[in-house]
Amino acid sequence: MLTKRIVPCLDIKNGRTVKGVNFVDLRDAGDPVVLAKQYADLGADELVFLDIAATLENRRTMHDMVLKVAEQVNIPFTVGGGISSVEDVDDLLHCGADKVSINSSAVKRPELINELSQKFGSQCVVVAIDAKEVDGEWLVHLAGGTIPTEIKLFEWAKEVEQRGAGEILFTSMNHDGTKAGFANEALAKLSDLVNIPIIASGGAGTIQHFVDTFKEGKADAALAASVFHFGEIPILELKEELKNKGIPVRI
Amino acid sequence: MKLSIVNYGAGNIKSIQFAFKRLGVDAILTDNPGEIIASDKVIFPGVGEASSAMKMLKESGLDQLIPKLKQPVLGICLGMQLMCNHTEEGDTNGLGIFDAKVKRFSNKVKVPQMGWNTISNLKSDLFKGIKEKEFMYLVHSYYAENCDESIATSDYELEYASALENDNFYGVQFHPEKSGFKGSKILQNFLNL
Repeated sequence: MLTKRIVPCLDIKNGRTVKGVNFVDLRDAGDPVVLAKQYADLGADELVFLDIAATLENRRTMHDMVLKVAEQVNIPFTVGGGISSVEDVDDLLHCGADKVSINSSAVKRPELINELSQKFGSQCVVVAIDAKEVDGEWLVHLAGGTIPTEIKLFEWAKEVEQRGAGEILFTSMNHDGTKAGFANEALAKLSDLVNIPIIASGGAGTIQHFVDTFKEGKADAALAASVFHFGEIPILELKEELKNKGIPVRI
Repeated sequence: MKLSIVNYGAGNIKSIQFAFKRLGVDAILTDNPGEIIASDKVIFPGVGEASSAMKMLKESGLDQLIPKLKQPVLGICLGMQLMCNHTEEGDTNGLGIFDAKVKRFSNKVKVPQMGWNTISNLKSDLFKGIKEKEFMYLVHSYYAENCDESIATSDYELEYASALENDNFYGVQFHPEKSGFKGSKILQNFLNL
């Protein structure tokens, strides 16, 4: 049986992890490669690296990091941030990334999704969608959720699927950072609407939140950052609890 | 040990190269027939779309070369699918090494299947030391039908062949290079064949 995935997300700036990370026995918690290996050993199913300061200058640094991660880590990983062309993706896949995640660039030029899925296959194209519920309507936001658009979440999700996205990473801006649980209602609606996997993001605070997002939110994977980085939720403990609750996981 | 990875422009092969490097073997990426024939072991990778991958193989003549190889050959993911008779993806004829048809999952399940699933009914030296229901990482929209040449099966919508074997040819639908230490073990087993 296909299992639900637990996905730690690492924010990267100039080749280093940004948000504080608090792992015991880790000599260099700022080194994404060291962290990635640690997560792989702890039972993470997949990793996401998000280049939050993606500029032309530090693109090379990102490539170096991707190469090092691919060299040392034996689970799949996705790279996102600043990707806007077929060439960008070609470079990252050649460095060993398994998937890429595009966000604003897909909103600005939706054909990019078609181009990427035709050239590299849907399986490596993750479309990240940041959305916020405003007056009962879920609207897509850009630039880390700071710039609102008129685009409706569910219409956009359907469109990215039709254009060839292999997966949707949905972050609710209403829930992100609150540690009060995932946007399960919107997630479940997304999952019913499209036939590609959905990664839930934004709001993880407790183990129960993960149980809920897999059961009520019908998510295929759940992404989180700080609850993992600060050891608030050990991954193995999380997976054991999910298993106890009848949710299929890889242990 | 001379290990070749067939390079015909198909997707992420760096991961495979790195996975073997972690096992202490430097694999060479090559499309040179002489070099491939002279290798002890050959990896036939594949990520992307079947008809265009098959077209690239034909352009380089590798479609003729690969079925004639005598050493152990391991097809991974799309590589395995292209070693079958036919795939529904782009209505493409494959290399005919495995007597199996490749079909698309229906929309009753999410497509692609993406993530960790178990492999069962293991019967090959490729899986020496691997227990039944071990987890492997898979990403695919098409699957090989369960058949006589199956050496592992997985369940997603239905039971399908997640690995195939015919003489010196092996194929795995999952990505051993991305499946943690158990995946590495399978690659090591292939090297030991």
